[in-house]
Amino acid sequence: MPVFYGTAVDSPLMLGTAQYPSPAILAAAFRASGAGIATVSLRREGGGGQDFLRLMQGLGVRLLPNTAGCHSVKEAVTTAQMARELLGTDWIKLEVIGHTDLLAPDVFALVEAARELSAQGFRVFPYCTEDLSVCGRLLDAGCEVLMPWGAPIGSGLGLNNSHGLTALRAAFPDVPLVVDAGIGLPSHAARAMELGFDAVLLNTAVARAGDPAAMARAMAQAVAAGRAAYLADPIEPRDMAQPSTPVIGKAFLA
Amino acid sequence: MLAPWCEFENAEEPVLRHGLTAIDWWDRNAGGVSRQGTLVVTLGRDRRELDRFARRTHGFEEIGGNRLAELEPDLAGRFDRALFFAAEAHLDPRAAMAGLQSGLAERGIAVAADMPRDPGQVIDCRGLAARDILPELRGVRGEMLVLRCPDVTLSRPVRLLHPRVPIYLVPRGDGIFMLGATMIESDRRGVVTARSVMELLSAAFALHPAFGEAEIVETGADARPAFPDNLPRIGRAGGRLYANGLYRHGYLLAPALAMQLADHIDTGERPEFWHETDDQR
Repeated sequence: MPVFYGTAVDSPLMLGTAQYPSPAILAAAFRASGAGIATVSLRREGGGGQDFLRLMQGLGVRLLPNTAGCHSVKEAVTTAQMARELLGTDWIKLEVIGHTDLLAPDVFALVEAARELSAQGFRVFPYCTEDLSVCGRLLDAGCEVLMPWGAPIGSGLGLNNSHGLTALRAAFPDVPLVVDAGIGLPSHAARAMELGFDAVLLNTAVARAGDPAAMARAMAQAVAAGRAAYLADPIEPRDMAQPSTPVIGKAFLA
Repeated sequence: MLAPWCEFENAEEPVLRHGLTAIDWWDRNAGGVSRQGTLVVTLGRDRRELDRFARRTHGFEEIGGNRLAELEPDLAGRFDRALFFAAEAHLDPRAAMAGLQSGLAERGIAVAADMPRDPGQVIDCRGLAARDILPELRGVRGEMLVLRCPDVTLSRPVRLLHPRVPIYLVPRGDGIFMLGATMIESDRRGVVTARSVMELLSAAFALHPAFGEAEIVETGADARPAFPDNLPRIGRAGGRLYANGLYRHGYLLAPALAMQLADHIDTGERPEFWHETDDQR
């Protein structure tokens, strides 16, 4: 099971809490998935959103507040401080959006905000790209977890650059890595875990599915399967067929 | 809007079942119901949102650009596909509310803003203010605008689907439109935010550029009272009967909720929306 900042989490599946048809369906999805962490957005809901936060606290999972919708270092830092005060946690999922249409991270502001928040004692979970040098800078800034995107938020495209994610795993073998955003199907989540990622964070794929609880369960099964496969040391793909039954005694050369 | 099928896309089954009976109820008891249906459209890049919406509900026919132009000439050429929910309806909520109040007064039932000294038979319908006796209630903030746009004529509500900012426009006649509505997990009431106004107006502008020239006649922001399953409840709390949690389905579910409450008062039965609190079980 993944360990973030010294804390072991029960499940490699992390779920967002936005866009569900109702809090009751959201809670059913969490129960069905066994997810260990729930991300909560504070930016828009912060003013007067205490009822919703209380419902989320009732889920019985660890809450990871995020800075969704922040476009500058200052906004993100302020939101993180508000989250710490409201939820009593120094964990913060740091999002600094640089491109409105793609909701792509502004990696320059991200590194700056990560440095500032780490200095203030926060445990920063940065939503980043899979760029190796950006990720290196984030580690230098004090992050001990990296959360590269699979694809743009809510797009459901899966892992756009699995070679990049593989390279990231290889470059930072000891850093907990989470694929955050872009997951649309259980197969995408399984693939991330097969690449050796420690966890997967998703929201839209479950919240906007026709049956969110069923999709949440499917995601949990996929994540478990992908992790088990990674640990089982999968075979290498090869071009030539390798028969699974012995060929001795058969006229295979004929 | 009286749009049970459209709402069913993202709501539980009772919203559809009771919502279907609400259209006739309002027509019979309040009048002013316009049965012109609802149109649902998307912008080009969000075409799949229309497919998803269609998969999640029924009660519509899929129409092309020509039929759309017949129904709403001002939308001609703007969309090549739409969902037409012919049996849906809309009413003027303020006129309907005034009608309800005068109907109650005629029957000798007072609507009190404060708890009467001698309460007698009181039904607590305070919405979000009833959190003192209904701790599971939460607020879901909604913001809306009233626009005057004489350049556009629509005969029925139009919904524009969008992954971030879905909107609806309800024609109120005389060039007046109600543009709604945000859905934010917050119990903050009062004034609208700049961001919400920008998002709502941008979406309206995308629906028809003439809305860029509209006058903003009114802004509104309030919090919808909701229980965790977003379905309403009737029951007994704080020593009195209550009806609450209508969320975004006030006009759609109020007739069924009120009838169930009246049945309970008459017969003592516990109807569908009756909710037992733990200490009553």
